[in-house]
Amino acid sequence: MTQFIIHNMAPLMFVGLFAFLLLGYPVAFALAANGIVFGLIGIELGLLQPTLFQALPERIWGVMSNDTLLAVPFFTLMGLILERSGMAEDLLDTIGQLFGPVRGGLAFAVIFVGALLAATTGVVAASVISMGLISLPIMLRYGYDRRLASGVIAASGTLAQIIPPSLVLIIMADQLGKSVGDMYAGAFIPGIVLAGLYASYVAGVAIFKPKWAPALPLEARVFREPGGSSGIPSLLVIVAISIAISVGFAKNVSAIGDLMQPLIGKKFSLNGLDELIVVSTAVGVGLAFIAAHINNWLKIGLLSKIAERVVFVLVPPLALIFLVLGTIFLGIATPTEGGAMGATGAFVMALARGRLSFKLLRQAMDSTAKLTAFVVFILIGARVFSLTFYGVDGHKWVEELLTQLPGGQTGFLIAVNILVFLLAFFLDYFELAFIIVPLLGPAADKLGIDLIWFGVLLGVNMQTSFMHPPFGFALFYLRSVAPAKEYLDRVTKKITAPVTTGQIYWGAVPFVIIQLIMVSLVIAFPQMVMIYKDEAPKVDSNRIEINLPAADGNAEPPPLTEEEKKQEASSNDDIMKALGGKGDDKPAEPTKEEEAADDIMKALGGKPAPPAATAPPAGKQPDAKAAAKVPAAPGKSRDQQAAEEIEKALKGLK
Amino acid sequence: MPQSETFPRGNAVQALLKMSRLIDAVTDFIGRQVYWLTLVAVLVSSGNAMIRYLFDNSSNAWLELQWYLFSAVFLLCGGYALLHGQHVRIDVIYSRFSRRVQLYIDVFGTVFFLLPTAVLLGYLSWPVFVNAYVGGEVSSNAGGLIVWPARLLVPIGFLLLAVQGVSELIKRIAIIRGLIPDPAETGHGPTAEEELARAIAEAREQQAKTAN
Repeated sequence: MTQFIIHNMAPLMFVGLFAFLLLGYPVAFALAANGIVFGLIGIELGLLQPTLFQALPERIWGVMSNDTLLAVPFFTLMGLILERSGMAEDLLDTIGQLFGPVRGGLAFAVIFVGALLAATTGVVAASVISMGLISLPIMLRYGYDRRLASGVIAASGTLAQIIPPSLVLIIMADQLGKSVGDMYAGAFIPGIVLAGLYASYVAGVAIFKPKWAPALPLEARVFREPGGSSGIPSLLVIVAISIAISVGFAKNVSAIGDLMQPLIGKKFSLNGLDELIVVSTAVGVGLAFIAAHINNWLKIGLLSKIAERVVFVLVPPLALIFLVLGTIFLGIATPTEGGAMGATGAFVMALARGRLSFKLLRQAMDSTAKLTAFVVFILIGARVFSLTFYGVDGHKWVEELLTQLPGGQTGFLIAVNILVFLLAFFLDYFELAFIIVPLLGPAADKLGIDLIWFGVLLGVNMQTSFMHPPFGFALFYLRSVAPAKEYLDRVTKKITAPVTTGQIYWGAVPFVIIQLIMVSLVIAFPQMVMIYKDEAPKVDSNRIEINLPAADGNAEPPPLTEEEKKQEASSNDDIMKALGGKGDDKPAEPTKEEEAADDIMKALGGKPAPPAATAPPAGKQPDAKAAAKVPAAPGKSRDQQAAEEIEKALKGLK
Repeated sequence: MPQSETFPRGNAVQALLKMSRLIDAVTDFIGRQVYWLTLVAVLVSSGNAMIRYLFDNSSNAWLELQWYLFSAVFLLCGGYALLHGQHVRIDVIYSRFSRRVQLYIDVFGTVFFLLPTAVLLGYLSWPVFVNAYVGGEVSSNAGGLIVWPARLLVPIGFLLLAVQGVSELIKRIAIIRGLIPDPAETGHGPTAEEELARAIAEAREQQAKTAN
């Protein structure tokens, strides 16, 4: 019996984990208790050192000092303030009017606004609730199919999960030991493609089942010009002008930079395509906004009503997106700071709209603190669990199990995605991310799967957990706001039938299928994600260097950023090897390789390496916080590293 | 709920219930103070980014302050989240049990999961704090903060969690024995989502009125 336990400790622990979790006591404590119970058994059986638990305080410290996790309260707070600011409602009203006149237009508007909200901060509940309250009644009023209407709302709400900046991606990056900036860059195209797939489904419905998605009748179009025209040409004109301004700005950026020099005191320059895109777009949109304002104040009537409305409602979310994603992609802010800036921006916007009361602020703080506490406690529980689990070589067991799957990379990805899809029926994404992902990551890495690709893939997959009946949260939120009884429509004065729960469930099915198609697309076309690699040098927030004099006054070479390390690990590998390989009998004269290496180091922003130096230590650098975010060594998750550290420490004790 | 007068309650039981109410009040008070630190962290963090961009200047102390505040929020609000039932459960099976079974699970989980975890982690992190305090440990980052206040947050956080756990335990047992009404039956307040839905609906009403 004892022998059996000793040999099967890891599988037993895993089974025990599910038993503990399914009992239904809060996950954080069930996880931790599982780690403690099996840790004690392991110590009793001589599998683990009695000092095992001494490693726990440092593990908690690691969670505390993790800058990435700080983004969780920041983005949560931003979302909570935004959801009360009325931004979503204005967007839905206006974009609904804009797209309404075409068949399926209201559904397109829901998808568009869903994607836009997702790119500002993205809280699934908030998006679904606002759409359910604002767009659903209109869709029902004008005869949309009830399943289509509810499905499109639930699905568009969940876009928040995959379009950056999303909490899922942040936590995924953290758990896989990758940079959040890369994860964002990698998720961008899949997110947009997914929204595109939703839209093509709606377009298909509008073509083949026109009755399911009718256009808004004339009397329902409110932003009509006195002459009866739609006002769309005016909108097209202003869009064309702002695009022209953006492009013009982009083409002449260096001349503009020269002009600006005396004003801001330094040469204003942009490096890289993405910076150019971000800044130029900001310029174009900003000018359109100013034009619309002038038009409004002077009442010159240059713009049609709809053009003015569209510009007014689009600017706040675009400004927020710029504030958060723009600053992250430009390298001004880390993703965490981007979240803080977004939260600040949301405050300012809510204040400007007169929607920020002390009561609301207090509620937002309260909810944020509770959510942060429960999320981080799950992570602490998971760290307690993994200490024991790794101690009994559970990670090796899981890795062997997973890498033995037939079919290589693809076989692994398919199996893992099926597993996650099934688990998502009863685990939510925090639990999946903290418990399951750290186990899958190393195996994926061993099979040569890019971890950003893997993370985005799992992100798209976990998104389904919000949508599949009967547990999907998005469906649950929609149910809570969709009419459950017959009601009198305010506009048509007709008795309108309720939306049944069955309709909500069936409505979600096509979108779950689209979701699965998307998962296979990401597997089949990793290029969609891999684009992050081209972007990487600019996207990586970790390149923000903070150079302060080192505490001991030593001229330590500035820490390499994660990106630089990666480059070093790959492209400069040979040179570094040549350098490091020389070891002690290094000649005094710098060799050609060394000079080349020095040049590269200089180019990378580092100081020339002293002759004896090999790659700088991957550990903590004395003078870097944001810069040396202790990146996990390539191919190792933090847990793995920790496990190794513990092993080492234990060996030392022996 | 039978708020039964006939049930023999000793002074000890009353004292325990009183203690539980006191713990709840203290936990609630602490939570309500601490949650404002998130706002401070937001301001510090966005300030850091802006100052670095505008003045090419940055301070490790301010960078560290961000996560000191973050740690304070989640550690000191752990008990607060427990009080308000915010620690998530996997309720696929739990939700199908009768209320009575659920209460027994809660009692079991508190005694065997929560309390040992909180006590062990609190106990282990105390000497770490003492070392940091006695040794005057300072952050390894240049110009960083002193470490012991952050180290102290850990044992305090788990102490608060354990104490709240005791209160939850007392309440659950009292509910099982019919000494106090079950808050699950009298109903909680509206959820955050319900409140949001209500707020949006109200704003729409307002808008419709002013439009007419």
